[in-house]
Amino acid sequence: MSEKPIVNVSRRRFLKLGTGLTLAVYLPGVSLRAEESGPGRTVAGGPRAAGPFEPNAFVRVGADDTVTVIAKHLEMGQGSHTGLATLVAEELDAAWHQVVIEGAPADAKRYNNLLWGPVQGTGGSTAIANSFDQMRRAGATARAMLVRAAAEAWGVPAGEVTVRAGVVMHTGSGRKATFGELALAAARLEVPDAETVRLKDPKDFVFIGKHVPRKDTRPKIEGRATFTLDVRLPEMLTALVAHPPRFGATVKGFDATRARAVKGVVDVVAIPTGVAVLATDFWAARNGREALAVDWDESRAFRLGSAEILEELRRLAGRPGVVARRDGDAESALAGAARTLEASFEFPYLAHAALEPMDCVVHLRPDACEVWNGEQFQTIDQQRVAELVGLAPERVTIHMLYAGGSFGRRANPQSDFVIEAASIAKAIGGRAPVKLVWTREDDMRAGYYRPAFYHVLRAGLGADGRPLAWSHRLVGQSIMAGSPFEGGMVKDGVDQTSVEGASNLPYAIANLRVDLHSPVLGVPVQWWRSVGSTHTAFATETFLDELAHAAGQDPLQYRLALLSGRPRHRGVLELAARAAAWGDPLPAGRARGLALHESFNSYVAQVVEVTPREGGRFSVDRVVCAVDCGLVVNPDIVRAQMEGGIAYGLAAALHGAITLKDGVVEQSNFHDYPPLRLPEMPAVEVHIVESAEKPTGVGEPAVPVIAPALANALFAATGQRLRRLPLRLA
Amino acid sequence: MTRIEVNGKVHDLEVDPDTPLLWVLRDHLGLTGTKYGCGMGLCGACTVILDGAAVRACSIPLSAVSGKAVTTIEGLESRVGRVVMDAWERLEVVQCGYCQPGQVLAATALLERHSRPTDEEINTAMAGNVCRCGTYVRIRAAVHAAAKALAGA
Repeated sequence: MSEKPIVNVSRRRFLKLGTGLTLAVYLPGVSLRAEESGPGRTVAGGPRAAGPFEPNAFVRVGADDTVTVIAKHLEMGQGSHTGLATLVAEELDAAWHQVVIEGAPADAKRYNNLLWGPVQGTGGSTAIANSFDQMRRAGATARAMLVRAAAEAWGVPAGEVTVRAGVVMHTGSGRKATFGELALAAARLEVPDAETVRLKDPKDFVFIGKHVPRKDTRPKIEGRATFTLDVRLPEMLTALVAHPPRFGATVKGFDATRARAVKGVVDVVAIPTGVAVLATDFWAARNGREALAVDWDESRAFRLGSAEILEELRRLAGRPGVVARRDGDAESALAGAARTLEASFEFPYLAHAALEPMDCVVHLRPDACEVWNGEQFQTIDQQRVAELVGLAPERVTIHMLYAGGSFGRRANPQSDFVIEAASIAKAIGGRAPVKLVWTREDDMRAGYYRPAFYHVLRAGLGADGRPLAWSHRLVGQSIMAGSPFEGGMVKDGVDQTSVEGASNLPYAIANLRVDLHSPVLGVPVQWWRSVGSTHTAFATETFLDELAHAAGQDPLQYRLALLSGRPRHRGVLELAARAAAWGDPLPAGRARGLALHESFNSYVAQVVEVTPREGGRFSVDRVVCAVDCGLVVNPDIVRAQMEGGIAYGLAAALHGAITLKDGVVEQSNFHDYPPLRLPEMPAVEVHIVESAEKPTGVGEPAVPVIAPALANALFAATGQRLRRLPLRLA
Repeated sequence: MTRIEVNGKVHDLEVDPDTPLLWVLRDHLGLTGTKYGCGMGLCGACTVILDGAAVRACSIPLSAVSGKAVTTIEGLESRVGRVVMDAWERLEVVQCGYCQPGQVLAATALLERHSRPTDEEINTAMAGNVCRCGTYVRIRAAVHAAAKALAGA
């Protein structure tokens, strides 16, 4: 095992929360109407086990043999529920068919993300990384108790009792019992210490590392799975909100006469973020909003356009920023280099554009508040809702439903859409449950984008072509500034998420400097699947390709020569290159490019094959991807995350740009913010490095690699160096 | 009053006839398997089958389906539909799953017309169904797998 602690560069300081947010203390026993099962109680579609045996916060065994695994992480497509349940089932020796999964309530005391300190939430590709031991121990504890219950009932030594596929056995006497039959007796036993319970030797794994089918497939393809948009409650109203056209504008006044005349519209109320129209159904609310006249106060609105923002970023790049890493003396080494190269890179704002637009259901009552949501940030959202409605946090119950994608968006640093829903519920005095629905246009224009960035890279090569000096300047808004995590994540003026992937450049370069400017602009920004690596991987990996070309060396060999002390980087690079037959001839017109990047403690290399077509068009034909994410819990889900990450990164590389004009976002829907579509999807081949290291992230690490690999392939094919996203050939 | 048939069941609806079929299904009939993604016929999350063709329920007013038969994911019981769903399950296509009812219906409508579609035909028929999770590699493979299963059955 590596000595390196499993921490996420971009999240590791979550423990030290900034000022301004006091975390709630959980009060055991305060459960809000737990007997009234809402749609969120059994999100994975399984029945709530009528179980007497609950050895810990993660496992419940029913008399009917159902094993319910309580998943503390959001299932947004990444397979977390199946992964977490696999870990429990493995150590419990359950049969997979008897396992059902239920979303955990908001309760940071029991369900915090172990890599985030006292915060419950999902993100940073940490679901399995932080839960691997915890969920295994939860399963092993339950198993130990079932074994003891059997041993006592049968009068045999516990050491002779075995468990296999949900059946507890004593070979000597031929006795057998199911989990359900032992549940009552097991529940009466003392719970052993989870820290001392014995875990399996990996060679005995029956689920981990094997093919285990996802639990959410069937309900999702049959349309039975409950997303937030699907929640239906008695008397529930649907709310749409008229938002201001520019960030920072507020409501001056509004005329709701025509809106109220629309059949089905029940109320129109002002809230801090706009004017909400409440109706009996979506279409009436939509028509009501169309008929609404709002007068906006734009005196404090943000009014810059993308061109002016870029100009500002460029201007800042002209002078030194705050130093994020300094090895040797890059400036002197550059001055003395045999050859120097310089390049600048431009990255636009990006919207997450999850297919389910943001939505949230809130039912506020005098003494309690209930929230139904594709909930990614329990502790933060619970705290903020509690503050808004004037209740203790433990009086705010959150039902974690499936999310129709998120890519980071549902973990909003300001709880934006959750608070908007709660504000509407508050504005109508809680007289009905409220479902806030954002239209695609609302979602696209709501901000909280991947920040626009401008990078300047300079390198000095020695006579042998190897880089002696590397200077990397980044300019872009800080994601963490103003978030609950600013105090922990911004160190000495450097937002770690702005420079991740740049400040930990793996290549051996003696003189290296990374510095940063973090301008304050009125466009809200947020983590977007793979965060800082979305831009740092592109800048570093395409520039390194330029250096290799300038040195007249093969890009693969050039990289390998700079990675002598980096076995895991080398491992994925060599695996991808071998699988893609790097160096072998390709059909005429086709070319290859490669890129390598570490993020979320996982290592990914990709080789892309591209064919230029007429008129600047090109087709991405094939991607060979190698990943080292430590020990693999579910290889098929790892493959799926690589495929999906490539698609998500490719959409941004080919099409993604949010632009502003006079402060107004110019895009609104999928016609002007095009997603990737089936005909654009390359063939993808995934190779997984076999590893016994601790499991690390898979949801994000494939994303940053595709764009630089593609740009390097386009260079190989056309000789054009593309340094602005999205990629456009001349 | 508008009369429509959904999944074999006749409904007489007192709903504004301009209301898109999507919201009639979701808010008035409680059929939430049909999803909202864009409201402009750009993403296919609201795909339903109307007279054998995959259509976008967000862009069809209730009045346009008066007297017609609509199949939503909840009512997909045809042989082809079942085979498609089985292929989807076998190949583990699903991630977040929000687009998948629409994908399944689009694939079903395709296979009802073309029993052995080529990659090109799949691309064309399914280009309107967006998956932000990027399950496209498996969607393509699952359509082929379903076609093969139908041919072999």
